[in-house]
Formats: sequence, C-alpha cells, structure tokens
Amino acid sequence: MDLIFRNARLIDPEAQTDALGSLRVTDGVIAGRGAPEEPAPEGATVIDAQGRALAPGLIDWGVKIGEPGERHKESFRSAGLAAAAAGVTTIIARPDTTPPLDTPEALEFVARRAADAPVNIRHMAALTKGREGREMVEIGFLTDLGAVAFTDGVRVVRDSKLMSRCMTYARGLDALIMGHPQDPGLTHGAVATSGKFASLYGIPAVSPMAEVMGLDRDLALVAMTRGRYHADQITVAASLPALIRAREAGLDVTAGISIHHLTLNEFDVGDYRTFFRFTPPLRSEDDRLSMVQAVAEGLIDTIASFHTPQDEESKRLPFEAAAPGAVGLQTLLPAALRLYHQGGLSLPQLFRAMSLNPARRLRLPGGRLSEGAPADLILFDPDAPFVLDRFALLSKSKNTPFDGARMQGRVLGTWVAGTPVFGDLA
Amino acid sequence: MSFRARHLLGIDHLKPDEITELLDLAQDYAALNRRTVKHSDALAGMTLINMFFENSTRTQASFELAGKRLGADVMNMAVSQSSVKKGETLIDTALTLNAMQPDLLVVRHPQSGAVNLLAEKVNCAVINAGDGRHEHPTQALLDALTIRRAKGRLHRLTIAICGDIAHSRVARSNLILLGKMENRIRLIGPATLMPAGVGDMGVELFEDMREGLKGVDVVMMLRLQKERMDGGFIPSEREYFHRFGLDAEKLALAAPDAIVMHPGPMNRGVEIDGTLADDINRSVIQDQVEMGVAVRMAALDLLARNLRASRGRTAVGEP
Repeated sequence: MDLIFRNARLIDPEAQTDALGSLRVTDGVIAGRGAPEEPAPEGATVIDAQGRALAPGLIDWGVKIGEPGERHKESFRSAGLAAAAAGVTTIIARPDTTPPLDTPEALEFVARRAADAPVNIRHMAALTKGREGREMVEIGFLTDLGAVAFTDGVRVVRDSKLMSRCMTYARGLDALIMGHPQDPGLTHGAVATSGKFASLYGIPAVSPMAEVMGLDRDLALVAMTRGRYHADQITVAASLPALIRAREAGLDVTAGISIHHLTLNEFDVGDYRTFFRFTPPLRSEDDRLSMVQAVAEGLIDTIASFHTPQDEESKRLPFEAAAPGAVGLQTLLPAALRLYHQGGLSLPQLFRAMSLNPARRLRLPGGRLSEGAPADLILFDPDAPFVLDRFALLSKSKNTPFDGARMQGRVLGTWVAGTPVFGDLA
Repeated sequence: MSFRARHLLGIDHLKPDEITELLDLAQDYAALNRRTVKHSDALAGMTLINMFFENSTRTQASFELAGKRLGADVMNMAVSQSSVKKGETLIDTALTLNAMQPDLLVVRHPQSGAVNLLAEKVNCAVINAGDGRHEHPTQALLDALTIRRAKGRLHRLTIAICGDIAHSRVARSNLILLGKMENRIRLIGPATLMPAGVGDMGVELFEDMREGLKGVDVVMMLRLQKERMDGGFIPSEREYFHRFGLDAEKLALAAPDAIVMHPGPMNRGVEIDGTLADDINRSVIQDQVEMGVAVRMAALDLLARNLRASRGRTAVGEP
C-alpha cells in the first residue's frame, strides 16, 4: 500500500521548514520526500495537494472524554470523529473522569473503549488515588499499561511532601508528571483574573501571582527530586522567569498552554458569557501577547485544546456557578491559524508546539514528517474562511467560545498510519 | 422622554440624562408619598413579582410598597426556601414565573450576573435588586436622590465611600453613578476590602480614614458583613471601628455641612457610631429609606411605560 502526496506545502516542525515537495508513504510509515512533481511509484495512490499544506497530525495533549461517567457529554467515538475532522491524529486523554482513571483496571477499561475512535488515543493516569491528593497511584503498573503521564488535572496536590514523593517515585520509572501550577489557596473560589474588569463585574478573581507561586513550588520540588515535569498551562508573563531559570539549571521541565489563552483575553467574558469560563481564567491582553511570544521562542513547548465538553445545563447558569472549560478539538487548528495569519507564529512553529513537542515529551513516534515516522498526516488549506457554527461540531457537547466567529483553515484530509480517517481524497 | 431601557439591570447602562429623568420623577413620587392618600394608577392592572434568592427585608418591603402605591398586584417570592432547594435551575424558575405573565420582575440573587442571565429569558421588565457583588442600581439611585435633596445638586461634590468596597454591590453602583454625574470620589477602607484594579477607575484611595474624610461633602458608609469580621479580612471588630468606624471626631474633618449616609442595616459600633447615626442634623439615613420607595416607584413607572410602548408596537388586536 503506497501513497504519494505531490505538490504539497510540507510543514516540517523538526527542520522548521515550509516548502513545496512530495511525500511518500509505504505501509503506514513515511518513506521519504522528494521534488513537488516527483514521479509516482507503480501502483501508488496519488494525491495532488495543489499547494495545500501537509503537516504531521496534531497531538492534542489534555482532552477530556466523558468515559467513564459522563458519556452524554462525550464518548470515545464522538471525540474521535471530531478529532479526525480536526486533523488531530492523537488524543492524549485526561484522567479526570468519574470515577478518575487511577487503577490499572480503569486504564484497561478505557483502552478497550478507545478502540471506538478512528484516531490514536493515549491515556494519562491520575497522580493520586481518587485525585484526592493523599496517596499516589500505582505508577509502575499504569506505566506498564501505557499511561503516558500522571496528573490530577486542575486539582493541585496541596501536600508538598506527597508531591515530592510522587516525583521521586516517578523518576525511578522515568514517568512524566504533569502539574497544574496554581496556588490552591489563592485560586479557591476564583473564576476570573483580578483586575479592573473582574472588579467592575463583581466576579471573584485571583491574581496571576497564584500561577507564579504554584510554578515556583513545583519547580523547587523538581530541583529537589530531579523528576520529569510538565506544567499543563503557563498563561502569564510573570511565570516565564521561573521557567527560564529552571531550564538554565538543567531541570527536565517543559510547559504548555491552551489555545484559548493564546487567542482570547479576559474582556471576552463580556456580559458573563459562561463559554468563556476557563481554568485558569482568561488573562490580560498583555499576558496573551507575551505567551504568543513565548511559544515563538520555544519557551512554552506545547499548545493544546484542553477540550472540556460540558452539556448545556452546566453552562446555563450564573458565571460563578457555571462549569469551566470549552470543547476545543475542532477549533484547535483554526484558532492556532489566527496566530499564523496575524503574523505571530509560522506554520512550522505552530506544528512544533502542536505535533512535534508533545510527541517528544510523551515519547510518541508521531509528530514528524521524517522517514520512518508513522504516516499520521493532515492536509489542510490554511486560508479557507468559514464562520463557526457550534451545532455543526461533531463533539456531543457544543460549548465553544468561537460560536459565530470568523475563522480560517479547513482540513481536507486526515490520515492515521497512512489510512484515511477524514476527507474524500484517498 | 429619554429613559428608553427595557430593564434596569445596572447603572452602567444608564446615561446621565436618563438618571436625571428618573430622579426628577422620583422627586414627584416623594411628594406623593408624604400625602395622606398615597396612590397613583401608573401600574394599575399590572403584576409585579418580587423574587428574592437572598434574604432581604428592607429592599423587598420597599419594592412591595412602591408597587402597591402605583396600583400593581404585588407578589413576593422567597425563592431561597422553595424550588431552588429542590434542584430547579435559575432559568427554569424564571421560565415558570414568566409563564404567569408578570409585567415587572424584581430580582435579587447572590451571584454576579445572575439577574442579567434571567432577564434574557423572560419577556417582562426586570429590575436588579442586587446581584452578587456586581450592581444594586436602585440603591445608587436612591442615594443620588438623597444627596441631591440634601445638597441641592448631584455634581461637583466630593464623596467618600467607606468600608467593604470589595464585596459591595452598593459601592460599585454608586461609584458608577456618582462618576457619571461628575463628582470626585474617594474610597476609604483597609486594603483587604478594596477590589483589585480600583486604582484605574478614576477614584482616590485612602487607607487613613482621617486623611480621606478631609473636606468631603458626603460620607457614605457601607455595611461590614459579619462573616468578614472573623480575622479573614480584618483582625477584629474593635480594631475596625477604631480605624474605619465613623464617629464624631472623624466626621469633624469633613466639610461642616457634610451629610452621613448608610444603606442599612447598620452595625452600630462597628462601622458607625450609634449617636451619629441618629443625629438628625448630619445623618440622612432615614431619608434614604424614604427616597428608596420613591425611586423604586419611578423606576417601575418608567419601565412600565416602555413596556406598554413596546407592546403597543408589536401586539395585534390589543385595545
């Protein structure tokens, strides 16, 4: 089974290049690259990309799927279909389910259920039993079963001694811990970033310093234990110096951010619009711009959707009472392309943060256009305009902050290991 | 007529001429309220529902009286004790009430923005009687009317708002209203009770009450909630009264004819000295309560006029 893409704009996040060429796939693996008009091998399926962009499929780190517990909000099937349509070839699923994914048995269950999805699904496991912050999970068994990282999600492990033991134990297994760097005392009850906007609207708010404090604690623990650590979302400029110091000290630390914090700011909440409630809350425009810059410089490693399906009833409530989070699988690429069209980030930079770096950090084989990598690919037109209609999304939940927004970027085809999972090109 | 709003959700949405129009009408109702026969037919045949998701005696009584004096059928619902306990959502409660065809809905809710949300779902006029720490527009309007009557004007005054600004919807609405009418505003209180970013709102901040009160025309005290007194925001009641309680000695620093206001209910000896609160030469606290009814009558009347006008435009076959 051979496949060749000709006249494709190849977005290579490893080489940081964006140039016309062709790409060959053999038996689900990338076999090589050549000139744009490279002759097709005998019997190969030929796809004429007509100058559209061909890139490694997105690896979306931190997707909430409602199985087990909330299948009415999202199932592996619905999330997988949304991912395929969105060019996401690998979903990194979150463990903050009901009950949490904290035992090998639970992991085996979701791994079976994940077979419903047309894209790759990898699982993170909880860091502590029940996500209660008291006892660590069986990191060894869970690692053996394929858990790619350990996290309690947005629930901070308050007990620093326990957190340090988790890091030390995980280090012995070379397991990655994903933290949520926020000071739990300061953030308690807060649903906005403190400042003039939150004060005028009377919304309980927290200073950006809560993130700095949370990050400082976690980085101190990393320095102490030498564990592998990833900060799930770094969203304010004040956090960056600590991150730089940690890197300079040679700590094994990476950081991510959600696409929403790169494309929206605190004022978007407007008249208490609950689809704009996030954890952490949206930040100032200055912070947003600093974060775009940090991604461009590679200081922030990964961008993800933090896809969080919520049903209508969870959102049709006063702002404080509404559930946080937004669906994001199908808006990840078009929202990221806003940053490209505005000139803040190149396509290779975007795919470094959305494909290559998650793959490297989670030790997955995808995220690259190089020979020998799995043919997890997307072909897309970065310029095609559209107006987003939330009811057209394939997720079971429709809670997107981009409803009615003018966006650009259409996925023409998605391939997982060389097999088409979306589009009608081949 | 310049007052065009469909709902009264906050001061933020009002223009200065709308505020003036409402206060002028309230001034007329204040006169009516001092007569023996206090009745108008402005709301005759209309239904007013008071829906309070948070306990209130004074505000609810004030709205009830305002509605009755204008001839409306008034119903009070203490929602905190009923369906919400059974798990009904805010929107469902609103839709249920809406189906009973009220014309005016007065709502208080403990969460900011809840009244805005509710107003989107009903087709009657909605008055915000306080939402979380967001706004309490009729309180700011009654304060404005009280100031205008006592001082003869509502502009170019120096007004001190003292106490728990951070958790106060009264402070927010007053800040916006008095700012729109071009007054100088000083906020006085401990930093733990000041909202973030307030320094950018064109006000002066004081942590020293004596300094802040110098030469002011109006001293507006705020209520300190009991639950904030236990060491979380301030160390103790007695230290708070010492530093931020209003007494004759601190008031002596204000302008000689300065008036003292308080939205009630008062904590005597915590934020205000009892004798001062009762001093009829300085305290206008009872006038505030009186103006409260008049302002609410004016608000109900104006919203009812707009409601009738909009129904006249859309309804077919109505007389």
